[in-house]
Amino acid sequence: MTLLLSHYNYWIVVALMMIGFFIVIAQGNLVKKLVGLNIFQTSVFILYISSGKVTGGSAPILQDGITIYSNPLPHVLILTAIVVGIATTALGLALVIRIKKAYGTIEESEIQQRDHTC
Amino acid sequence: MLSHLPILQVILPLLGAPACLILGRGKLAWLFALLVSALSFCIAAILLTTVYNHGVISYALGGWQAPWGIEYRIDLLNAWLLVIVSASSTVSLLAAQSSISTEISLDKQGLFYVAWLLCLAGLLGILATGDAFNVFVFLEVSSLSTYTLISLGPNRKSLWAAFRYLIMGTIGATFILIGIGLMYIMTGTLNMQDLAQRLPPASESSTVFAAYAFILVGISLKLALFPLHLWLPNAYSQAPSIVTTFLAASATKVALYLLIRFTYTIFPSEFSQLVIPLADIFVALGVLSVFSASIVAIYQEEIKRAIAYSSIAQIGYMVIGLGIGGVLGLQATLIHVFNHALMKATLFMALAAIAARVGATTLTSMQGLGRKMPWTSFGFVVGGLSLIGVPLTAGFISKWYLVSAAALTGRWPLVFLILLGSLLAIVYIWRVVEALYFKPAADNSPVKEAPFAMLLALWLLVLGNVYFGIDTRLPVSISSEAATALVEGRP
Repeated sequence: MTLLLSHYNYWIVVALMMIGFFIVIAQGNLVKKLVGLNIFQTSVFILYISSGKVTGGSAPILQDGITIYSNPLPHVLILTAIVVGIATTALGLALVIRIKKAYGTIEESEIQQRDHTC
Repeated sequence: MLSHLPILQVILPLLGAPACLILGRGKLAWLFALLVSALSFCIAAILLTTVYNHGVISYALGGWQAPWGIEYRIDLLNAWLLVIVSASSTVSLLAAQSSISTEISLDKQGLFYVAWLLCLAGLLGILATGDAFNVFVFLEVSSLSTYTLISLGPNRKSLWAAFRYLIMGTIGATFILIGIGLMYIMTGTLNMQDLAQRLPPASESSTVFAAYAFILVGISLKLALFPLHLWLPNAYSQAPSIVTTFLAASATKVALYLLIRFTYTIFPSEFSQLVIPLADIFVALGVLSVFSASIVAIYQEEIKRAIAYSSIAQIGYMVIGLGIGGVLGLQATLIHVFNHALMKATLFMALAAIAARVGATTLTSMQGLGRKMPWTSFGFVVGGLSLIGVPLTAGFISKWYLVSAAALTGRWPLVFLILLGSLLAIVYIWRVVEALYFKPAADNSPVKEAPFAMLLALWLLVLGNVYFGIDTRLPVSISSEAATALVEGRP
């Protein structure tokens, strides 16, 4: 029980990761797939950010009387990863628009059907 | 100037991409991209000779020393891969203009080269960097531009292939990101050399084990190792022909480099030996890759798709070498990385030339081309012979080193399986040779020989296949020293 509570941030990460992964695999709608992918990536952001927390530490700004700081590096890293995630989502959505124009649908099963018939 | 070569290697194509955008469309953008790529190749060649003669180069980005700053670290392994990737980009770009003129509309051609240079920058960045997080960033730079390049393919299936690759690729890259995060949580560092020193004390923890597992699965996805290979045949067969030439010769090699780097340099050696029988898993998955992909390749009507499946089989051989391990196995892998880049670039270049003139690469559309496009057809045959592993071609050298590595470690069933795999390659190459030379053309419309630029690129590769099949000093000496350094560098 204490393991469950003291590391609750990691449980959230695992739950989000699995939800996102499941949506990517189970959903046939391409936009929903991208949403799932986003949730999956967000869980990793939380994994990084929460690992930077130091118990009792304050924001990493130099100030008199404060000796313990949280680690700012994971935050910086994850800023980069968020940008990457946005780029991926944007490219994915752009592809969905092109697919909609070319196939007239954004359902995985219908796209595969149309590929096989022609 | 010379001391800044490691960063110039990456910055040059990265800055070349926006410059290409300004230059606009068509020929000018092509010449510029070709120039940038050729310069990258020159830099890679200089780096390789420097590393070969003077040892490892370490470059501190912005003057911030490692492990705080980002380090670019060039040793023989990645210098060798830098040469392979930049060379395959340059040769493919040589033929790119003639190839895409029939496949991509004029207003998109400028953007095509922008994406190409970004992809090149990403691939070179993965190789050059000595920082684990930097690997992820460059991986995404190269992946995102790869999805764009694939989606530019001639018909709508390319969009669907690009989307599926985007989903799979992002999952793979995110797995790698999770692994790097877990390593950072355990050690507090991202520098590869630093990680290698700090991981062994923590190697008992399940977090480090989980990190390794996430990274292995993520890389295997990018590598298209069986059973995570499903994105590759679609992506390769639907992409513009010349993009396939470039990607087949470079992208999977870079993923393999990551696998070697993480397994040999970063993670403590006992991992690959004790906790799970990783070496045996590699060999088993490699053999499965070879057979499943080769058998599927035999039944393909679309030859570009068949050769894409053959790529998965060849990745299998490389992973087998990795599984055999030791200096011999690793050397076999590194030689095959080089030779496979040569032979696959040859085959896909020939197919690109056929696609440019005939418009399709199905078996029926290739019938009788042996007379109409003699130079292209013969180029394909040489590439095919090399793929099979016929003596006097580069492929024979790879097979020789791989078989002798397996034999010297006493794995005789594996020797037999590798040779059997080559027999399957004969089958799917022979189907094409038969169509090219021994079947009458479906229609008697006149077909011109391929454009000069494509023939030039193709025959550069063909001569490379033959030359490195006879004079093996360069790949053998470099791969042997790189493999020795990797194995001895282990704690």
